[in-house]
Amino acid sequence: MPKLKVDNVEVEVPAGYTVLQACEVAGVEIPRFCYHDRLSIAGNCRMCLVEMEKSPKPIASCAMPAADNMVIKTNTPMARKARQGVMEFLLINHPLDCPICDQGGECDLQDQAVAYGMDHSRYKENKRAVKDKEMGPLVKTIMTRCIHCTRCVRFATEVAGVDDLGLLYRGENAQITTYLEKAFASELSGNVIDLCPVGALTSKPYAFTARPWELRKTESVDVSDALGASIRIDARGNEVLRVLPRLNEDVNEEWISDKARFACDGLKRQRLDRPYVRKNGRLEPASWDDALSVAAGKLKAAGPKAAAIAGDLCDAEAMVALKDLMAGLGSTSVDCRQDGAKLDASVRGAYLFNAGIAGIEQADAILLIGTNPRAESPVLNARLRKRFLSGRLKIASIGPVVNLTFPVQNLGAGAQTLSEVAEGRHAFFEVLKSAKKPMLILGQGALARADGGAVLAAARALADKAGMVREDWNGFCMLHTAAARVGGLDLGLVPGAGGRDVAGIIDGAGKGEVPVVYLLAADEIDTRKLGSAFVIYQGHHGDAGASRADVVLPGAAYTEKNGTYVNTEGRVQLGRLSVFPPGDAREDWKILRALSEKLGKPLPYDNLGQVRRRLVAVNPFFGTLEQAKPGAWGAFGQAGSMGAEPFASPIRNFYMTDPISRASPTMAECTATFASGAARTGTHD
Amino acid sequence: MLADKDRIFTNLYGQADWGLAGARARGDWDGTKDLILKGREWIVEEIKKSQLRGRGGAGFSTGMKWSFMPKQSDGRPSYLVINADEGEPGTCKDRDMLRHDPHKLVEGCLLACVGIGAHACYIYIRGEFYQEGSNLQRAIDEAYAAGLIGKNACGSGYDCDIYLHRGAGAYICGEETALIESLEGKKGQPRLKPPFPAFCGVWGCPTTVNNVETVAVVPTILRRGAPWFASIGRPNNTGPKVFCISGHVNKPCNVEDALGVPLRELIENHAGGVRGGWDNLLAVIPGGSSMPVLSKAQADTIQMDFDYLRDAKSGLGTAAIVVMDKSTDIVRAFARLAAFYKHESCGQCTPCREGTGWMYRMLTRMAKGKATMADIDLLDAVTKQIEGHTICAFGEGAAWPVMGLLRNFRPEIEKRLGQQVKQAAE
Repeated sequence: MPKLKVDNVEVEVPAGYTVLQACEVAGVEIPRFCYHDRLSIAGNCRMCLVEMEKSPKPIASCAMPAADNMVIKTNTPMARKARQGVMEFLLINHPLDCPICDQGGECDLQDQAVAYGMDHSRYKENKRAVKDKEMGPLVKTIMTRCIHCTRCVRFATEVAGVDDLGLLYRGENAQITTYLEKAFASELSGNVIDLCPVGALTSKPYAFTARPWELRKTESVDVSDALGASIRIDARGNEVLRVLPRLNEDVNEEWISDKARFACDGLKRQRLDRPYVRKNGRLEPASWDDALSVAAGKLKAAGPKAAAIAGDLCDAEAMVALKDLMAGLGSTSVDCRQDGAKLDASVRGAYLFNAGIAGIEQADAILLIGTNPRAESPVLNARLRKRFLSGRLKIASIGPVVNLTFPVQNLGAGAQTLSEVAEGRHAFFEVLKSAKKPMLILGQGALARADGGAVLAAARALADKAGMVREDWNGFCMLHTAAARVGGLDLGLVPGAGGRDVAGIIDGAGKGEVPVVYLLAADEIDTRKLGSAFVIYQGHHGDAGASRADVVLPGAAYTEKNGTYVNTEGRVQLGRLSVFPPGDAREDWKILRALSEKLGKPLPYDNLGQVRRRLVAVNPFFGTLEQAKPGAWGAFGQAGSMGAEPFASPIRNFYMTDPISRASPTMAECTATFASGAARTGTHD
Repeated sequence: MLADKDRIFTNLYGQADWGLAGARARGDWDGTKDLILKGREWIVEEIKKSQLRGRGGAGFSTGMKWSFMPKQSDGRPSYLVINADEGEPGTCKDRDMLRHDPHKLVEGCLLACVGIGAHACYIYIRGEFYQEGSNLQRAIDEAYAAGLIGKNACGSGYDCDIYLHRGAGAYICGEETALIESLEGKKGQPRLKPPFPAFCGVWGCPTTVNNVETVAVVPTILRRGAPWFASIGRPNNTGPKVFCISGHVNKPCNVEDALGVPLRELIENHAGGVRGGWDNLLAVIPGGSSMPVLSKAQADTIQMDFDYLRDAKSGLGTAAIVVMDKSTDIVRAFARLAAFYKHESCGQCTPCREGTGWMYRMLTRMAKGKATMADIDLLDAVTKQIEGHTICAFGEGAAWPVMGLLRNFRPEIEKRLGQQVKQAAE
């Protein structure tokens, strides 16, 4: 623990801290451009120069390890002059286009120039101009503004794990480039926009849209995957303009995926903004009263035969209301597992990412089963890569061979290999057994199949046998693909006694045994197979569900309601209303509450507080916000034999996995740029 | 003047055979085994006693540098890296040593490896040195064939491998950490220090980077003894040194002379004097283009060693003496040098990347007379904003020549201010 003095304040910092970090401990903020907590140290901007006693030159505080008895001065004429000099150098070739620069108002260079810049320019020569580079549909480049901090290059190579970016040429001709003028092929590419301290890399879809001071900022949670990344929604008027990540060490650090960031323009398209009722084969606009009456009439007639499916983006409030409504009808055919994954809702440890996202960093042997984390949760994949980079990690996969940005030993394609490992007949079993903190990550691709229950049982057996589940460590980790899934399982949205699951509902509807199907934003099922059933669709986008529906009840998207989401590790998080639902659309639990009124069995809650109390009553975990603990362990899975077909990841096109991203023009462009062939049509066939 | 018997590079002009037989005839590879067997401590101690200072430019004590290397390995091997990326304008000493006396370097590498506890040595040679590289490679092959290096070098039981690596001709790759990056196959950009190469160098292992000349003199020092070497020159500035004299002299040459030799004597004895006589002298750059220029008044009395030149606000650098007579357009000359530094800056850190271009543009304007008085002060301010604020010493190397120019030749620039305006008016 080195002890040093910063501006006459004595501080003691952990070993390995840099002088810059020590200054922060002492409460002194050091200006910086190239330094970033989560990237390697480059030390090239020279903005963080400070004076160190006994050193004739100022030192770069970001790169100098803090040592005992250092005397650092941050506000001396020497340090100030050094920074002023650097600032002048940065500005001489920086264009004076702040009025038309999208970074304006949130630009590090602008801010620092206020503190260290001169009032006029002494540079009389011509300024440098640099040709803009092509980085794909997401990142807009204005390379003349670049100050060569190389944060983007370091992010790409270190965090994203792709070497698409680099610095070409040298001296004042140095340029950040994608080398071959091709798109920056990473699911995390948008983060370079946040990292760029100037306006060189900005958001292409957001270009010239708004100034930061015009925006209303709402802290919320992302629903594009099951990670539940912390986000900030920036809106102006009743329009969501952009989504930015929020710092959350336990979940997303400070990254979000491109889908989380850029799919928000899908919120403005294909929206259901009024109720519809199908008349003569056509969906006709209807009043709320009419639509609810028709729906209630059908549901009442169907009674216990009615069935309901909850979708991937649903908030817990809507799902508990749906569960209560169906219970009121006497129906037990309720399911939240659209993809048909054989998840077991009875044991919480069976469906959680028990070790926690941050727990990945402690694991020393990891087995991926039927999952492609790069597509299913890119930020989680970045965490895996971070763990890989820190060394001494043994990682293998069973399932498709995919490029995860780090080398993974592929053990086999399917259940055959899994049973070999689970029974201890495979060499990797010993690796897991001898590891201190072994982990298995089980993807939905391995469970959403007929033998899913047996796969789950095999995974459980492996976890037990390899010593993954202990008092201090639970390495059994389920990676979900849907933001709503864990919430649904926590609420018990699975078939009760005599109830049908998703496959059963679709089958029954096709055969005419299920007269009414209630789709709560469920769009990922094959709606063509619903036969002649009466379909009530409640959701926010005119996607697969709505086009098949007989009654459409317009709901709210995740930015338009106060909703509770539970991420894959069981962390209960709150999404907050940023803008109001469009037109006549309403928050989802309210729609169900109104429908229950029509059914003559009003649900016992009239406001959000009461719904949330109901959530806690159903499952006390909803009372513990922002916490992730391993779930209870018990017996789960089904005995049985496993099929021979290989595991496949459920996601074929990362950019289009839900109604919002399918409606997004930006995601469509990404699909055209990055996804190939059959995958371009999204998850639908 | 250095006596012939005290010369180390006796084949500097390539008159004799540069191969192994010729080298042996000049006394190289004589008793190398015994020197190795005297052990690591003895070698470092001798070099320390000889007060040998690095010949690459910075003049750091070689013995001291070697003593920074770990005595006990922590599992990582140690490496010796030879900097043969001689790119400093005006400097051509290593070139002739590699061409005409490569065995001195090869033997030096072996002994230096023993001194720092390394078993592998990489010689990073400038890509343009094609012939020099070929000669050196042949010398290495000969030494291997004769059992002088490799397994059980010279029969001493010490293993030492020497590899030649060609650079691609970037000036910055002569900076030791950029050289290490380049050697590793990366882009030649200097690393941040600390950690210093002695702790974490090539491939993350302890590394000593030495100049060709530094290592090439080591065998002779060890053979003839530290006191002999230390008796030449004055304390802390000892030994013979190869000077490269170029520019406006009658006979440009490389010559070995004692450190501390007066500049005038050096030029007049070896280079045939300044073109048009000593009084026709305008300026001298004493240590390669990175060192501040000296005026004639300084050149009259200056003695060529590290400390004299430091006190004269210049430096010995690589001991490349660039002589300029009165026909020189000194402002244009320095504008050209600034163009070199602008071209060779690696672009990694801000002051150097942006500052070298700025200096070049201002100097070019000054050379054309398109500057104002304020520009001169601004140029001075820019040099000070670069100096000491960069990752590596390139910043100083680029700023110092301009500083020297402003210090010694400011009237020359002032004379030219507004000249173009006047010409236009006429």
